[in-house]
Amino acid sequence: MSTVLETSVADCHPASAPDYMSMEELHDVQLMRLRAVVRRAFQHVELFRTRMEERGLTPEKIRSLDDIVHLPFTKKIDLRDTYPFGLFASPMKDVVRLHASSGTTGKPIVVAYTKEDVDVWSSVLVRAFAGCGLHRGDIIQVAYGYGLFTGGLGAHYGAEALGATVVPTSGGHADRQIMLMKDFGVTAMCCTPTYFLHLIDRAAELGVDMKHLPLRAGVFGAEPWTESMRRHIEKMSSIEAFDIYGLSEIIGPGVGCECRRHDGLHIFEDHFYPEIVDPETGEALRDGEEGELVLTTLSKQAMPMIRYRTRDITRILPEPCACGRTIRRIDRIGRRSDDMLIIRGVNVFPSQVESALLQTEGTLPNYQIILTREQGLDQMEVRVEVTPLMFNDKIGALQELHQKLQGALDRVLGIRVRVSLAEAHSLERSEGKAKRVIDRRTS
Amino acid sequence: MKIQQISLFAENKPGHIAAPMRVLAEAGVDIRALYLADTQQYGILRMIVADWQKAARLLEENGFLAKVTEVLAVEVADRPGGMAEILGALDSAGINIEYMYAFPYVRSAGAILIFRFADPDAAIAHLREAGLNLLASDELLNL
Repeated sequence: MSTVLETSVADCHPASAPDYMSMEELHDVQLMRLRAVVRRAFQHVELFRTRMEERGLTPEKIRSLDDIVHLPFTKKIDLRDTYPFGLFASPMKDVVRLHASSGTTGKPIVVAYTKEDVDVWSSVLVRAFAGCGLHRGDIIQVAYGYGLFTGGLGAHYGAEALGATVVPTSGGHADRQIMLMKDFGVTAMCCTPTYFLHLIDRAAELGVDMKHLPLRAGVFGAEPWTESMRRHIEKMSSIEAFDIYGLSEIIGPGVGCECRRHDGLHIFEDHFYPEIVDPETGEALRDGEEGELVLTTLSKQAMPMIRYRTRDITRILPEPCACGRTIRRIDRIGRRSDDMLIIRGVNVFPSQVESALLQTEGTLPNYQIILTREQGLDQMEVRVEVTPLMFNDKIGALQELHQKLQGALDRVLGIRVRVSLAEAHSLERSEGKAKRVIDRRTS
Repeated sequence: MKIQQISLFAENKPGHIAAPMRVLAEAGVDIRALYLADTQQYGILRMIVADWQKAARLLEENGFLAKVTEVLAVEVADRPGGMAEILGALDSAGINIEYMYAFPYVRSAGAILIFRFADPDAAIAHLREAGLNLLASDELLNL
């Protein structure tokens, strides 16, 4: 009896109510919030006001959700240009938290939250976690970096608000992560998918069988990953792997997340309004058409983002999800419009390299793409770390592996690449995110 | 009869063999036999050491890719035809050799052949039948 009760409570977490709103109700909430956020940005953010005025627009002219297409876009460069506080719509006394990007090139990007913004952030994460079947009683290990990066603290407060027990390990120290997963009986893991692959690998080396740990779910995000990577993770660790989406400019992790149907990511669209546009022209595309995801924060106070260009390529799935949630879904994001590499005139995405590597059995996608220019011609090298599973001490077997990888890459990419086998742990990583592309071409 | 051998993966670049060797040297691991199989890009260093558990653990802890494999050690007379005899015995029994290497030992006029077979148990039976001397791990290390 008590089991039945627990299950039903888990499936209908009170915070999840907005996931099931009727379309009419949802549109009313969205329009009301859109008009309020446009008014707020117009009043307090100079850049936005100037752009509105240039278009002869005032907040009053936004009368329906469809009018959103008249509003100007916001781009990443706008956050850099107005560094540090130029896009804030709240006075600093109302800002309770600042986060920033790691800022590998020049100045970082700064984002701000009021108390209410932090609460909204936690509430969407509760909805995300509940959709993954997590609830009070779960032990969630958060191995996203804690600090300026939104991943760690975002997931942390969300998991606490859910009522789960949080193990805030932050990133790094794989051996300790594995020890705590085992000793604390951790049931869910939050980290980047590549970091989890690393943990699977390391656990095997330490003789820890992930399949026999209490761990049953992984909520993975902060970088694009593929279906084949999911299959690999689930096979190697016997967990259910969920894709969570978010970006600091909008709020952090929790903009959208998969439910247990694993058929696209539900966008918490009562707070984040999604549109798809043509990445070249900026023209709005219809539901179902693939293009760049544009998001508007409907309830953000400290730093509203109006029509923010995410550079993420996806499409809106308008059909209702079998899980019963009415909020719309987007397709999993496999690529970003700025991820694209042009090699000898051919478009190549790192995600293609990943699926090619995964096709060859037993290969963890720990790889690096190195681009060089030799005598005016682009050269692409894919370095692949050899894992204990792949390693066989016969030269013939290694040559076979090499040829298999080479063949799979040539087939998928349609161009000739140079494959090389690299020693274990020899490829660079930064903050748990794999450094995938090194471009040494000088233009 | 099976002997534990350490196989190490290394890229074919300056210093890539030196680093793991330094780890073993600092821990006082004695290397008794060694063979490097290489291609232009990478190589596999195969070693028989006095304490294979320790060597495997040290290499792994230091982030090197090493694997323990089982090989057989066969004593061969150091005279023309000695090797042909052994290979003949294996050949007539249809035993496939995955790879092999040899090293001489000084105290007697003999040499040791190290073999890796796909089916070591069948190889052991046939080598014994042919009257050849297979060395156990402690015999090999105490030569």
